[in-house]
Amino acid sequence: MSDTTRTPEGETPAPAADRPADETNGRLDADGRRREHEIWVAGTEEPDWITNATDEGAQEMLPRDLDPAVSVQRGVTVTDDYLEEEMIVDDERQIINMGPQHPATHGVLRLHMELEGETVRRVKPIIGYLHTGMEKTAETLPYMSGGTNVTRMDYLSPLNNELCYALVVEQLLGVEIPSRGQAIRVLMTELNRVSSHLIWLATFGMDIGALSMMIYGFREREAILAFFEKVTGLRMNHNYIRPGGVAADLPDGWEDDVEGIFDVVRAGLDDYQDLLNGNPIFLDRTQGVGVITPKEAHQYGVTGPIARAAGINFDLRKVFPYSGIEQYDFDVPLGKHGDVFDRYLVRTEEIRQSLRIVEQVLETMPGGDYRTDDRKVTPPPRKRIDESMEALIHHFKLFTEGFKVPVGEAYQAVESPRGELGMYLVSKGAAKPWRLHVRTPSFATVQSLPVMMTDLIVADVIATLASLDPVLGDVDR
Amino acid sequence: MAGETSNPNFLLTTLEKGVNWTRTRSMWPATFGLACCAIEMMATGTAHYDISRFGMEVFRASPRQADLMIVAGRVSQKMAPVLRQVYDQMAEPKWVISMGACASTGGMFNNYALVQGVDEIVPVDVYVPGCPPGPQSLLHGILTLQDKIMSGEITRARGLIV
Amino acid sequence: MSDESIPQDESLEAQAAVEASPALELPGDPILVELAAAFPSVSFTSFEPLSGPRQDTAIVDRDELLAFVQAVKDAGFETFIDLCAVDHLNREPRYDVVTILLSMEHAKRLIIRVGVPGEDPTIPSITSIYAGANFYEREAWDLFGVIFEGHTDLTRILLPDEWSGHPLRKNYSVGSVPVQFKGSFKSS
Repeated sequence: MSDTTRTPEGETPAPAADRPADETNGRLDADGRRREHEIWVAGTEEPDWITNATDEGAQEMLPRDLDPAVSVQRGVTVTDDYLEEEMIVDDERQIINMGPQHPATHGVLRLHMELEGETVRRVKPIIGYLHTGMEKTAETLPYMSGGTNVTRMDYLSPLNNELCYALVVEQLLGVEIPSRGQAIRVLMTELNRVSSHLIWLATFGMDIGALSMMIYGFREREAILAFFEKVTGLRMNHNYIRPGGVAADLPDGWEDDVEGIFDVVRAGLDDYQDLLNGNPIFLDRTQGVGVITPKEAHQYGVTGPIARAAGINFDLRKVFPYSGIEQYDFDVPLGKHGDVFDRYLVRTEEIRQSLRIVEQVLETMPGGDYRTDDRKVTPPPRKRIDESMEALIHHFKLFTEGFKVPVGEAYQAVESPRGELGMYLVSKGAAKPWRLHVRTPSFATVQSLPVMMTDLIVADVIATLASLDPVLGDVDR
Repeated sequence: MAGETSNPNFLLTTLEKGVNWTRTRSMWPATFGLACCAIEMMATGTAHYDISRFGMEVFRASPRQADLMIVAGRVSQKMAPVLRQVYDQMAEPKWVISMGACASTGGMFNNYALVQGVDEIVPVDVYVPGCPPGPQSLLHGILTLQDKIMSGEITRARGLIV
Repeated sequence: MSDESIPQDESLEAQAAVEASPALELPGDPILVELAAAFPSVSFTSFEPLSGPRQDTAIVDRDELLAFVQAVKDAGFETFIDLCAVDHLNREPRYDVVTILLSMEHAKRLIIRVGVPGEDPTIPSITSIYAGANFYEREAWDLFGVIFEGHTDLTRILLPDEWSGHPLRKNYSVGSVPVQFKGSFKSS
């Protein structure tokens, strides 16, 4: 009892008091493992590791006068009565990090924020935490397997990515897709838009505190994913739309499955709108928050539902129609204010319009082949392979060497759920692309974050970010 | 649970089994969603697959409160130090599930940008194959991990600070 | 966009075909014809896919780039869409920097291609004209090492700061590690 240094109250004394300062600066033990965390008490002299805490090169904010976005950011002001400019002093600014591991960043986005109290004065988005080198990988894969690569970029709308890739390759190849193949493409991509928007609704609801939305959105999405699984064999990352058509025809009884989706999603949508549209907390947190003006959207290349929520009447399906989507009748919902609430309205209406397109596809699905009969890109039918040696060799060569694409450069864009998804393909006549650049909508959206977030309060940053629906796989590729 | 005696309100077991049993029934995963697999991980947490059947619905944003890190998606060279730091911040005992082909081996992206398997950075207990693994696969991986914990020793603690 | 507001491309083309000089490679669009007249050194090519809109490419000298982009913006191409680099390795100039701009009003895209020599991979930054080029130019520098002069924050964006090299250059290897398949070697 007596040899232990026990205080009368039975507490052990602070252990650090008489511990000898060890040679590894107290932070690492002999094995190089970290033993304890350093703590800096405010008011004492700053150690180096505090001073240099944000000294991380590209991960660091620019000096204020060098920040090129500042002049543009000034255009965005939010009039909240609890933000009083004159009450805030300049040296109260602090820089905090949000992410890359943060539940509200939708993946691995990192935001470097300069705060004045609760007010965000500047934001620098730092990306690259999911950089997968897909553009390099695309140069090593033949055109036939390129779809497996691009489908993993925007993992919430894989079919749109595949469609864009197939279209840009077909542009250079100069093949025409039969009308059934085109209709299947439209059907699948529009359903994919619905499922992507449902996930957006789920995560958006979760981020602003409507937790049940998370459950509901995923519940309705399962109906669509079950259909995708039936058609393509996979729930995500399908590699179903390929240059030359689609991988397989629709299964028997697909009409009934699609009609089942209508019932589930439409009933779900009505529920959501009952829940959210009149909810005062929801309105408070979304209206007038995270505004982007049409001019800023043009400047930063922001497209898709975010631009349409700001009132920009531009939808690639209408302006540069692809895959025969011009024969279907649908409207482009537009917002007025460019804030979070308008984005919510635009996206929910887009779900309805997409279902409308799917309904028309269902009624007018043409017969015929689901892929081109151009033997350059399509393997011979299974029956021919059994009969003919040449057909077998042809089949083998097509899947080992792949087909060659004529020399050229082409750009193709499709309206993905997040905006203009474009691919710029450079071919040098080989069986693999020379260069495939992907213009991803989320990249432009994340770039414009400073515009939307400046002068908001921190809680609104979450709502704004959630409303943009950035997919980090899409940003970093 | 073994060793029931004549008194019906009395259970005997070893401390080891008791502790392991409690550990398996309330594992809290850290939200470490990276890419495609994160969406399937979220789907596992929602109504259709309902991870709360296994006492795991509490996804914790703070690594301090989590026992299990589900590495869901590809780990880039830039993310690797962050992942290691999150792992280090988790309290012992802790487990890691490597979800999907990319996290396990780099998957189809054998290139300059990705860590070829998250086991280069952190020790992995269970690998879940698939690209992405469906929720059922993830649940199977979780059950496998629970079996593993049940058969393990409670003194096991990786990187224990001595 | 409603159907009425889309300009009728056929009529415009027919109209411009009358006006355009035969020396031009692509008559067709009054905007392009005007631009071609203002910048005689800029050459245009055009690619007509089976479906979809015609793709017009302007091949610009890098000294003229800023003036040309400004003129294009003034001509109505208000939206910045894309900027990327292409490494042609054994070609001179080695790199292409490709900028894609969009005019929503005219429903028209314009691709601007600038050759950048391999020994001196510099090109003026267009961030002063399109603020949205910021991240795209950082990405092109990060992956290709093309230096954008006048960019205020030309740093790594996708790769870690301490990375050396520019991985999308053709002489940078894919960086794959060898994969050992089961049974491919005998354990002793």
